[in-house]
Amino acid sequence: MSAAAVLPEPPPPKTNYLNVSYGVKSWLLTTDHKRIALLYMASITVMFALGGTFAALIRLELVTPPGDLFQAETYNKLFTLHGVIMVFFFLIPSIPATLGNFLIPLMIGARDLAFPKINLLSWYLFMAGAGFAAWSLINGGVDTGWTFYTPYSTAFSNTHVISAAMGAFIAGFSSILTGLNFIVTIHKMRAPGLTWFRLPLFVWAHYATSIIMILGTPVIAVTLMLVMVERGLHLGIFNPALGGDPVLFQHLFWFYSHPAVYIMILPSMGVISEVVAAMARKRIFGYGIVAMSSLAIAIIGFLVWGHHMFVSGQSVYAGMVFSALSFLVAIPSAIKVFNWTATLYKGSVSYDTPTLYAIGFIGLFTIGGLTGIFLAALGLDVHVHDTYFVVAHFHYIMVGGAIMGYLGGLHFWWPKITGRLYPEAWGRVAALIVFAGFNLTFFPQFILGYMGMPRRYHAYPEEFQVLNVMSSAGASILGLGYLLPFAYLGWSMRYGRAASANPWGAKGLEWQAASPPLTENFEVQPVVREEAYEYAHAPQERAVV
Amino acid sequence: MWSGFPLFPEQASTMAGRVDALYIALLAMAAFFSVLIACLVIGFAVKFRRRSPGEIGVPIHGNFTLEAVWTAVPLAIVIVVFFWSAEIFFSMARVPPQAMEIYVVGKRWMWKVQHLSGQREINALHVPVGVPVKLLLTSEDVIHSFYVPAFRMKKDAVPGRYATMWFQATKPGRYHLFCAEYCGTKHSGMIGWVDVMEPAAFQAWLTGGGTGSLAGEGQKIFQSLGCVTCHRADAQGRGPRLEGLFGRTVTLASGEEVVADADYVRESIVTPAAKVVAGYQPVMPTYQGLVSEEGVMQLMAYIQSLQEPAAKGAPLAVAPPEAAPPARARARQP
Repeated sequence: MSAAAVLPEPPPPKTNYLNVSYGVKSWLLTTDHKRIALLYMASITVMFALGGTFAALIRLELVTPPGDLFQAETYNKLFTLHGVIMVFFFLIPSIPATLGNFLIPLMIGARDLAFPKINLLSWYLFMAGAGFAAWSLINGGVDTGWTFYTPYSTAFSNTHVISAAMGAFIAGFSSILTGLNFIVTIHKMRAPGLTWFRLPLFVWAHYATSIIMILGTPVIAVTLMLVMVERGLHLGIFNPALGGDPVLFQHLFWFYSHPAVYIMILPSMGVISEVVAAMARKRIFGYGIVAMSSLAIAIIGFLVWGHHMFVSGQSVYAGMVFSALSFLVAIPSAIKVFNWTATLYKGSVSYDTPTLYAIGFIGLFTIGGLTGIFLAALGLDVHVHDTYFVVAHFHYIMVGGAIMGYLGGLHFWWPKITGRLYPEAWGRVAALIVFAGFNLTFFPQFILGYMGMPRRYHAYPEEFQVLNVMSSAGASILGLGYLLPFAYLGWSMRYGRAASANPWGAKGLEWQAASPPLTENFEVQPVVREEAYEYAHAPQERAVV
Repeated sequence: MWSGFPLFPEQASTMAGRVDALYIALLAMAAFFSVLIACLVIGFAVKFRRRSPGEIGVPIHGNFTLEAVWTAVPLAIVIVVFFWSAEIFFSMARVPPQAMEIYVVGKRWMWKVQHLSGQREINALHVPVGVPVKLLLTSEDVIHSFYVPAFRMKKDAVPGRYATMWFQATKPGRYHLFCAEYCGTKHSGMIGWVDVMEPAAFQAWLTGGGTGSLAGEGQKIFQSLGCVTCHRADAQGRGPRLEGLFGRTVTLASGEEVVADADYVRESIVTPAAKVVAGYQPVMPTYQGLVSEEGVMQLMAYIQSLQEPAAKGAPLAVAPPEAAPPARARARQP
């Protein structure tokens, strides 16, 4: 141990979950939710680096109109792998499997998740899925797009579709098991006094996310299995030449893959609720409504998949129903944004790194959500469907929303996870760089899309070049913004100042545990006597159940 | 310096102005709410910044009126947007009955276009200005999507079925034609031009070169594949007569009634046993693989041209596009 400045107040416990045992085996066979969270964190960081590298190569190719850097086949594999890796192996597990895994037991005052061994199993399933994806990558890649549209994927592509689909298929089971674990844990293992409406909003968001994971993921598993069966055994399911229906695939695929967007964004919304409350030192405005809006998003989110098929030959009336439902799912998201904003009113707002990410999230998610209205609008979607407008929109949600939330949460709970403080000044600089780089990368893509540039184009007409250069320039700034946290967070793991149990002065049971926590999380079973985010001292009577 | 920096594609169809109007309204709405949220967030963050390390916020639990307002206002806005956009969508789906028909097949990686007069083109589409044009779209292999940004129109070309899209060009010129649905290696090379021409110039282009009419080509296939031996004009064959069939309602052996539209005719050629007309045996073999998608479209044009002799002495080959049979049958989508 180097000369880390130890804070005077509570002497850190001698053992914690990190130093209780050493050696590879103690990590690979652990059933501690906190260690499993770190295993996930390491894995998805590698995946993010890989997916990000592919993104960088894509943006490099698109600097000039002709396809002059890569062959068309290579370019198609790049965007396919970028999508497959980022969606299935980074975004979907990102917050739930790392921060969720680490924090849910701590937040509800439990020792671990309900099924610790299943939790470890889900990480191994994730790694097995990643192994299949890596196998297809090393053996030449896959070029179907992350959407695996039929009949291209089942009958025409000459690449490693089956192994890539198998990777996503297996990773799906990891997601199902995580969701199952969370639901049981939240139902059965809350500390005494922790009623449903005292739960932190992070837990509510994960509860809603888990519902989607359990109900939606089996559908994508079956769908990918059918793709593998049709491709491998020539059984006619989706290919019209074999008597199948290619649009059926789209229905099945989006039945999961649209709700999957909410798997990515809901946990991020949970992080933002925690950060906003702690950084304004104030209860979230409209707590109950924010909690219920997560459930509303999860439920309505299952009924909007057809908005991906307005031009695919789906009936006009089906299009109308899906359009109406898609507009409806925008309402709970809008409610959340307004409530976060109102929470800042008469708060005590700090300008630490998590706040900057939270404010960035609110801004970018607002733009991402509002442009979703454009895409749900039937007559307008016909024009912008499958163009860069869609690419920009979902990156505002998935990167501007989900990843900003992940980074904000990572900084916010970093002292809890590692027991170390990260360098605050570097954190603020990186947050600002990420925000600026992100907007420069993706805002021009809205304009490109309305101009008519289709997505997944290896080469493009010259009039689109200016905007593409802007986007690529932004991507290099964004890349720098992502490298910085990687560097200083890594540095702080060894050299950062030791963190106290509650460096932010925040409410929530996780801040009552030591930093880093003990393996069993709490020395004595915590009992909850107050509402969530009760920063003002509440009279004790109100706190009794 | 910014002259080469347009924000909108050209407006070249009757639909373009309507789509742009909705877009601009939504942009204004989005800008208003983005600025509102940004001002409130930044304003509150500055005004209520933390002034001492131990400071806490004022406990405010919520406000029902505010919640009701910021639920109702977005709801009202999206209801308006829903009806506005659905109205445009309906206009896009409703093909004008007099629309001129053009057949389009997507094939990796080209667009093959056939006009009723027999003109064919690849990665190009010539159309007259001011005339509603209906495209009957299909694909020979994977899913493609026919996209003309200047028209604000797009439709997937799905293998195994026909899709319809229509537009009415308003301005002569050359406009981009893109494939918008990823279709493999040369997806970004599956592009071309739509040439919108003055009607007179278009007529001249139609008559310049080319083989016989599309229906004439279809008749050749009809003879060479031997269709004529069963589908006889005197109703003595083993298959039903085809004169006057197109657009009519037929009764199937199952008792079901279907309209003999483009999808029905295609299906009857590719998988004849799927829908057998009442009173006939399922003896017709499949022609899948024996005739290309373009050939099926030529047969379609020929079958459409077969009129009941009593109707009038209609010409066998349909030269002017206006004489195309009712387009109504395909207004509905599968």
